[in-house]
Amino acid sequence: MDVEILARIQFAFTVAFHYIYPPMTMGLGLALVLMEGTYLVTGNRLYHRLAHFWTRIFAVIFSIGTATGIVMEFEFGTNWATYSRFVGDIFGSALAAEGIFAFMLEAGFLSLLLFGWDKVGKKMHFFATCMVCLGSHFSAIWIVVANSWMQTPAGYHLELIKNGIHTQLPASYILQPEDIGHVRAVIDSFWGMVFNPSSMQRLTHVIFATWLTGAFLIISISAYYLIRGRHRTFAQASMTIAVIFAAVASLCQSISADSTARGVVKNQPIKLASMEGVYHTVPYTPMNLIGVVDTKQQKVYSLQIPGLLSFLAFHNFEKPVTGLDQLPSDEFLAARNPGKSSQELAALRPRYWPQISAVFQTYHLMVIVGSMVFAGAFLSLLLLIKGWLFRADSFFIRCWLFLLIFSVLGPQICNQAGWFTAEMGRQPWIVYNLLKTSEALSRKVSSDQVLGSLFLFFAIYSLLFFAFIYLLNLKIQHGPDDPEEDPEAPAPGEKSFLSQLVIGTDESRASS
Amino acid sequence: MIINLLNSCVATIAPYYTTIWFILVGILFTGYAVLDGFDLGVGALHLFVKNDHDRRILLNAIGPVWDGNEVWLVVGGGALFAAFPGAYATVFSGFYMPFMLLLVSLIFRAVAIEFRSKEPGTIWRQTWDVLFSVGSIFSSFVIGVALGNITRGIPLDDSGEFAGTFWGLFNPYSVFLGITVVFLFAMHGAIYLTMKTEGALQEQVKRWALRLILLFVGCYFIFNISTLFVSPYLAKVVFSRPLIFVVLALDMIVLLNVWLLIKAGKEFAAFLFSCLMMALLMMTFGISYYPNMVLSSPNPENSLTIFNCSSTNYTLGLLSVIVVIGVPMVLTYTTSVYWIFRGKTKLTDTSY
Repeated sequence: MDVEILARIQFAFTVAFHYIYPPMTMGLGLALVLMEGTYLVTGNRLYHRLAHFWTRIFAVIFSIGTATGIVMEFEFGTNWATYSRFVGDIFGSALAAEGIFAFMLEAGFLSLLLFGWDKVGKKMHFFATCMVCLGSHFSAIWIVVANSWMQTPAGYHLELIKNGIHTQLPASYILQPEDIGHVRAVIDSFWGMVFNPSSMQRLTHVIFATWLTGAFLIISISAYYLIRGRHRTFAQASMTIAVIFAAVASLCQSISADSTARGVVKNQPIKLASMEGVYHTVPYTPMNLIGVVDTKQQKVYSLQIPGLLSFLAFHNFEKPVTGLDQLPSDEFLAARNPGKSSQELAALRPRYWPQISAVFQTYHLMVIVGSMVFAGAFLSLLLLIKGWLFRADSFFIRCWLFLLIFSVLGPQICNQAGWFTAEMGRQPWIVYNLLKTSEALSRKVSSDQVLGSLFLFFAIYSLLFFAFIYLLNLKIQHGPDDPEEDPEAPAPGEKSFLSQLVIGTDESRASS
Repeated sequence: MIINLLNSCVATIAPYYTTIWFILVGILFTGYAVLDGFDLGVGALHLFVKNDHDRRILLNAIGPVWDGNEVWLVVGGGALFAAFPGAYATVFSGFYMPFMLLLVSLIFRAVAIEFRSKEPGTIWRQTWDVLFSVGSIFSSFVIGVALGNITRGIPLDDSGEFAGTFWGLFNPYSVFLGITVVFLFAMHGAIYLTMKTEGALQEQVKRWALRLILLFVGCYFIFNISTLFVSPYLAKVVFSRPLIFVVLALDMIVLLNVWLLIKAGKEFAAFLFSCLMMALLMMTFGISYYPNMVLSSPNPENSLTIFNCSSTNYTLGLLSVIVVIGVPMVLTYTTSVYWIFRGKTKLTDTSY
């Protein structure tokens, strides 16, 4: 295999693995702030126990998040040296800001959060919790800003360096392959870079997704305790906070999803056309619910709603969404490939498209699972308001709780599928319309080096993942502390999970 | 009025931005060496402590701080990327395999700290102990080898790309510096531990600290002499910059002081002086290396310097703002964390 595909697999693998953890710490971090805040306001010890237990879960997740996070910063240099030289002037400041403002904040206060319960007062501890939460959100801000700049570059100009002489290139200049290695992007306006056309929409989309991830982690573990009949008051309090949190996040996310999609329509029409498999520009462009793409015949076989995509994109049923037959524009193609006839240019067009089928499927996976996540959040909220959610004596409630145990996967799947859509939809560009992924590699790195390190990462990450699950399970089985305050501690002769699910716990039957 | 003053201030320092950033990147990596140096060193000593209780004391001595220490590497790397993208790209792609191995051992090490004490089983703990210790030693070694190659110079082509081979990086000179750095970090770690331990364990680490100081001084002496032979460029530069000898002499005096302080039982002061010693070591390197970022050997004309691989002044100015706002905050809460967790390490129920 060639270096490009291996380097891409390596980056995708390491970043996707890493991205299992930070969303949980961000969401859970905010939940910790809510719990400790409630404790400070009400003085109820229950919320102190809540914060204490969820902090332990937080610690396990955080340590893997940090350990796997350094890898990407190295990979920019090791695998993508040409890219690093090209964007260093722009990307670097976001990365440095992330390091100094976010990581230092997180790491500095994390030890207080984890080990400081008896060392500092409760207000100081609450402050440390807030700072860790803020730090993790800061880190998302900078990294999403940097990534959004790659999607929609702004606030920069191109500079040609030949024989030590720097010349500024005009804004309309289109990079040619022979420029690679001599041209770099240079920042004009820091705020132009930070507030590039897509950064704020994408940032809110990411942040609400992390809240959902954290909330559903709590929901899932609490649902398990409720079925088990363990730590009942504890689990009910956790569940209440998490369900409200999840419902609020779902509401925010559905608004943000709409604005993100409309941003893609405007900024990256090729990505949007790939997400929905729009090959031809037609009025009343349909939206697909589920389907398959035949890339050879350039056709989509799907269940679709006519006009909906036009409506979502432009709030107008009739206005056509530009299809791939017109993307990228003829002018752009001609500028990238000077001296070609119009037939030749048309034949070159598909080279500027991403893998349509993959983008289509990951996007729809995100939408379908995302809708299920929203439904889960709102239905749980309804049950909570009605006072039915904790009636574990009912078989139907137990079934619902059983489903909720697996709900932790929902936001995780959405996170991954969403990022795959965003990143694969940007291909073949690493920096949209400027630098191709294939041109961004390290010139001095061979495919066996990349393959070797890929195996290395695969081995160590598999080990890490099993260790993580093992440790998480250990913490969950151990449960929250001080059992004397918790009369619902696990009884010695506990039944199997299955029988508790089907028949219910002894206490729940006694109470019914 | 203030804006004007600020603007003229910026205009005055603008030509020196690259130099300032040479120093700042140096300071960030010095921060990494001083801080992560001792916890890597504690890791290197881990297997030499035999019983489980003492091993847990060692782990918990670095428990609240190691994570923050490692962040200095991330920040240093980020600052190098931002300020000198050319140097970052060349070094990281050139040192491909060593850096991948460094990453893997840092990951293993982090996870071992987290997981080791979660289960009481002997095999479980032994396995993580070995991973933690080997991970720490190997990380220190790779950092040393990388630094050795940077000092000596690596082959660069005329576009500033690495033109050497993987095995070429493991030349005797660099490997020797790798070993020296393992001793240096172990020494620094042992001195940190004298501050955090008590009783028989403290006596033991004190003996180690003293021996490691001797070992390090011996290695460092040989390293300095061999530098003069291995790098004709540096040999020439060193004798034209007398400041280097002043710093070097100061460094050795500080190290002597560390020795005396340990003997006198003033562990906290000993550790502070050990940190100062590490900082001075980095300073010796910085003064002799300026203005190069990556020295090219055998073709010194291809070297990457602060002039030909830096970001624009605008970016360096932005970064300076970030540093001016960020670093005082970082120093404040880093210091307060060390202050809150000061004193001898005791095992509690939140311990590793």
